Amino acid sequence: MVETSYYLVLAAIIFTVGATGVLLRRNALIIFMCIEMMLNSVNLTLIALARQWGNLEGQIFVFMIMAVAAAEVAVGLAILIANVRHRQSINIDEINLLKW
Amino acid sequence: MSWSLLFFLLVGAVSLAAALGVVTSRQPVHSALFLLTNFATLAVLYITLDAQFLAAAQVIVYAGGIVILILFVIMLIGGDTNDFSAAQRAWSRTVGMALGIILLLVISYSALSRMMAPSEDTAALLQGGTPEAVGIELFTKYILPFELVALLLLVALIGALVLGRQQEGASEGIPSVKANE
Repeated sequence: MVETSYYLVLAAIIFTVGATGVLLRRNALIIFMCIEMMLNSVNLTLIALARQWGNLEGQIFVFMIMAVAAAEVAVGLAILIANVRHRQSINIDEINLLKW
Repeated sequence: MSWSLLFFLLVGAVSLAAALGVVTSRQPVHSALFLLTNFATLAVLYITLDAQFLAAAQVIVYAGGIVILILFVIMLIGGDTNDFSAAQRAWSRTVGMALGIILLLVISYSALSRMMAPSEDTAALLQGGTPEAVGIELFTKYILPFELVALLLLVALIGALVLGRQQEGASEGIPSVKANE
């Protein structure tokens, strides 16, 4: 039986990779994928801890996160497409209308 | 080294490599495929953690739904915009890496400092995350959040529809999207 802390470290590393990707990349689509990756690493944490403490609530939480992630993807990609239609760009540096 | 630990290390290494691939790929399509690999390996890890139902849901929702949606959008808007050139400050990469390392250290420290070894009896208590167990929990104790999630998905559906609609000439449909590319 693999220790829970190994799973936590793996999730931490994947989360960090995703967060670094959000900081480094300028393509909105790739930033989007990095956000999905971070959500997934948190899911891994929750499931590992659900096993650690021996109850199912962590897994229920992951189920809800999956639904929220699906909703987020649908709306976010629609926003991206609308933006491409108006500005012909998915470079995050050029999407700055709301920037003060 | 036990077999389960070896298996975990192998799958975890693949997952980590795929995660790095998502960030470092130049083509968004390659990123999406690396993301698919990452999701699949995470589903395998879920099985090793006694979460069979969530492993299936992971494959169906993430690999089957979300990645395909992202791939469709890449095909629609043509993902070959070069994001390494425009307005990239020279120091942003260094600062990003440094912030990432700091984040990793902080998370690892906080996760490991209070983590004890898993006790065998709590794992036996869990009885596994079979569809039956998760379903009973979901439809008795958590029925209200479940219904709220259904509402959320409906709102997201309508929102995506409104956002993605053509503003003028709605009857043209997909060909005008292609012309816009």
